[in-house]
Amino acid sequence: MSLTSTVSGNAQIVTVNADRIDAAIAIQFKEDMRMETEEGPDRVILDLSSVAFIDSSGLGAIVAAMKQLDDHRRLDLAGLTPMVEKVFRLTRMDTVFKLFASLDDAKAAVSG
Amino acid sequence: MTGKRYKFKMAFRATEMEAREAIAAISERLRATNLTRDQADGVEIALAEAINNVVEHAYADSEPGLVRILCSLRRAHLDIRICDTGTPLPENRLPPGLAADVSVARADLPEGGFGWFLIRELTSDIRYDRCGLINHLSLRFDLIDEDG
Repeated sequence: MSLTSTVSGNAQIVTVNADRIDAAIAIQFKEDMRMETEEGPDRVILDLSSVAFIDSSGLGAIVAAMKQLDDHRRLDLAGLTPMVEKVFRLTRMDTVFKLFASLDDAKAAVSG
Repeated sequence: MTGKRYKFKMAFRATEMEAREAIAAISERLRATNLTRDQADGVEIALAEAINNVVEHAYADSEPGLVRILCSLRRAHLDIRICDTGTPLPENRLPPGLAADVSVARADLPEGGFGWFLIRELTSDIRYDRCGLINHLSLRFDLIDEDG
């Protein structure tokens, strides 16, 4: 799994460079997210625009990535492709995370 | 393709990597048919959850055995049959697949337990049979409205 992390303004942007977050990669994704987000800005934006497919293991790993952040930090999601958005909507996880259509939309939004 | 049937089979060993390849390959073939993108997305999600269950549970205590998939597409519906020789489902029946409660504190959010819920949401009908040492899971996806 490949993650790229940059800091832009008051947010850390973590980009997923993989087209699937599935059962085969979920545990590694969670660990890689832990390393990338050990410290940094309060707001983390996960850029999912390259991810065409996610399963429930991948969804669970994103939830875990959010839960392992310190309490004052938040995880927002950007660039959800239709299938990824469908999984979040069906499981009602779209009510737990802030979803943005694109990374630019997420960066433009006032954090908090 | 009225009245006609498009069928194909696939078999693979129940490892996470072979499962990933099989899910992607089956989905690619179905996307080349008359399924809409949204239908194909739903099928891929349900198929992945069903196959992952076999990999993670049916063969949890043994060497990964074979998973056999049969896809049968007609105009009105798609049937996918998944067979394995692993352990049966608990109590030989389909889990209820209730929606996970996400209206909870962040620390209590569920990180799993979505699989059967997604399968039930995305299929029109599901059926499980244990025949001898073989699990048969049948997923049906209606592709057109009743009056369509």
